[in-house]
Amino acid sequence: MKKFMKFASLACAATMLFSTTAFAEGETFKIGGIGPITGGAAVYGQAVMNAAQLAVDEINAAGGIAGAQVEFNFQDDEHDAEKSVNAYNTLKDWDMQMLLGTVTSTPCIAVAAEAVNDNMFLLTPSGSAVECVANDNAFRVCFSDPNQGVASAQYIGENKIATKVAVIYDSSDVYSSGIYEKFAAEAANQGLEIVAAEAFTADSKTDFSVQLQKAKDGGAELVFLPIYYTEASLILTQAAGMDYAPIFFGCDGLDGLLAVESFDTALAEGVMLLTPFAADAEDELTQNFVAAYQEAYGEIPNQFAADAYDGIYAIKAAVEQAGVTPDMSASDICDALKVSMTEITIDGLTGTGMTWTADGEPNKAPKAVKITDGKYAAM
Amino acid sequence: MSFLSYLINGISLGSVYAIIALGYTMVYGIAKMLNFAHGDVIMIGAYVVFTAITSMALPVIPAILLAVVACTALGVLIERVAYRPLRNAASPLAVLITAIGVSYLLQNIALLVFGANTKSFPSVVGIKPLSLGGGALTVSGETIVTILACIVIMIGLTLFINKTKAGQAMLAVSEDKGAAQLMGINVNGTIALTFAIGSALAAIAGVLLCSAYPSLTPYTGSMPGIKAFVAAVFGGIGSIPGAMIGGILLGVIEIFGKAYISSQMADAIVFGVLIIVLLVKPTGLLGKKIQEKV
Repeated sequence: MKKFMKFASLACAATMLFSTTAFAEGETFKIGGIGPITGGAAVYGQAVMNAAQLAVDEINAAGGIAGAQVEFNFQDDEHDAEKSVNAYNTLKDWDMQMLLGTVTSTPCIAVAAEAVNDNMFLLTPSGSAVECVANDNAFRVCFSDPNQGVASAQYIGENKIATKVAVIYDSSDVYSSGIYEKFAAEAANQGLEIVAAEAFTADSKTDFSVQLQKAKDGGAELVFLPIYYTEASLILTQAAGMDYAPIFFGCDGLDGLLAVESFDTALAEGVMLLTPFAADAEDELTQNFVAAYQEAYGEIPNQFAADAYDGIYAIKAAVEQAGVTPDMSASDICDALKVSMTEITIDGLTGTGMTWTADGEPNKAPKAVKITDGKYAAM
Repeated sequence: MSFLSYLINGISLGSVYAIIALGYTMVYGIAKMLNFAHGDVIMIGAYVVFTAITSMALPVIPAILLAVVACTALGVLIERVAYRPLRNAASPLAVLITAIGVSYLLQNIALLVFGANTKSFPSVVGIKPLSLGGGALTVSGETIVTILACIVIMIGLTLFINKTKAGQAMLAVSEDKGAAQLMGINVNGTIALTFAIGSALAAIAGVLLCSAYPSLTPYTGSMPGIKAFVAAVFGGIGSIPGAMIGGILLGVIEIFGKAYISSQMADAIVFGVLIIVLLVKPTGLLGKKIQEKV
């Protein structure tokens, strides 16, 4: 989902988390988790690990899943495909029955290939590449990359935010160009007119004056930015420098914009982004989750944490629906869950009334947040 | 109006390339080596200004001066430690490879010290965007300052080379190192001075680059560094006016290519033009023909 600096984070201590409570074989559900808790993507893996543990603790305190306690074992993969497969094998040796993971797309694709051979149930909280859930044993909590494009166009069209739209996207990045293509296709159905579709590449991502000028000349009321926050911060600055103030609308890649060090958050005022989770949303579920997370880990949970929390509850709902028991083999559980995943409906942090299709994609209404007073606010 | 706006943006981007290209071309002209670490000195300069303004709360001008001093020291240090011992090495490739090594070293040091997270560079230019023609044409303060800085540096450098003793010594060393030494010129000192000036310019280029494009990472300097190197070759490497013309033309071609041909193809167009220029005029636009003496 995110791309990372290759050499990032040289000095991180390995902090593998093992469940300390021991139960006799066949009395507990064993859920494994994989994600980067060290390295450049550590912030995502840690969020997933923490939130999943929080959900497991809540479930255990409330009597477990169908009366059985849950054990959760999270392994580090450093956002590396090979290490991720190793982590998967470690978890298999631990007799994992279901997998919540992996957190990032590239390792997830590698692990998914192993998991289908073993017929292991896999639910990725945040692996957004299309290939992550290509097999019928794999599901995901987040939107896929292309679906974010469709959802964005629908959101803009249905809420009548704008009719003339410009897009600035990174043609050298699969995440960005994937969203753009789906957005462009759906924009026609929504009556949106794309007045400028301007690309940039990884090698020319400092000067956006031309792209912005074309958007301005085309009379775009809204500029869609299916890109990461680093480039977006540049675009916002340059737009301000040329007195161009359209609505800026982005996807989950913009999450992190406000965290750019010494970024003038006034520039981001009014930026909308499609993200399934806003920590300051008013609903009770979110408020309780944020309070519990903050108490346990001392920070505000991000979207990855919310995806993982929903993931654990989705597994709980699917297990209860299918009526599987802890003494069944991973393969039998997988066969049962494949069916029951498509039958459950859960109200989670990242959407109400979430359902899943047999090809592993979630159905949920996209939520958008707007940056107001330097904070994300639910819309 | 959008034509004018593209032109101004192109000149502004080109001015940054030109200031960086000066560093490449001066060092090449005198030491006959390609200092590939030049782009990373720019990045270090930008980080120094960033730290000075945000953590040490220094005003803008002292922060820039601090960066100039730091980069000058860094440039001289690199020259002394990494390049001078290799100046008489059997193969000119040795020093080229060393330069690439220094480039990676600087990037990784920055990664360790400042981390991989993007930092948003605070604008050091207090000028509001200039609106012309009833808002049809807006020129940002950074653009104006960048273009002005480029002109001032160009004039200053030309005067320095032609009117001062140290500048004349540089010219002499670039013509013939051996003869210059026989005439009593301190060759090592002159080369060190060249690195000092080039690195001081890098600090200024870093500030201008990051003011116009305020995202700072340990890799900020590498792509502009390569583009500026192209600009130096384009204008004729070793020639100071060549670096200025090459830089500005490169910036204008890049922006026009983006605007009128394809925004994805900008780099392909820039490098395509370079190939054509080098085919027609192998020494670059203002490059001198080098006669090999036998």
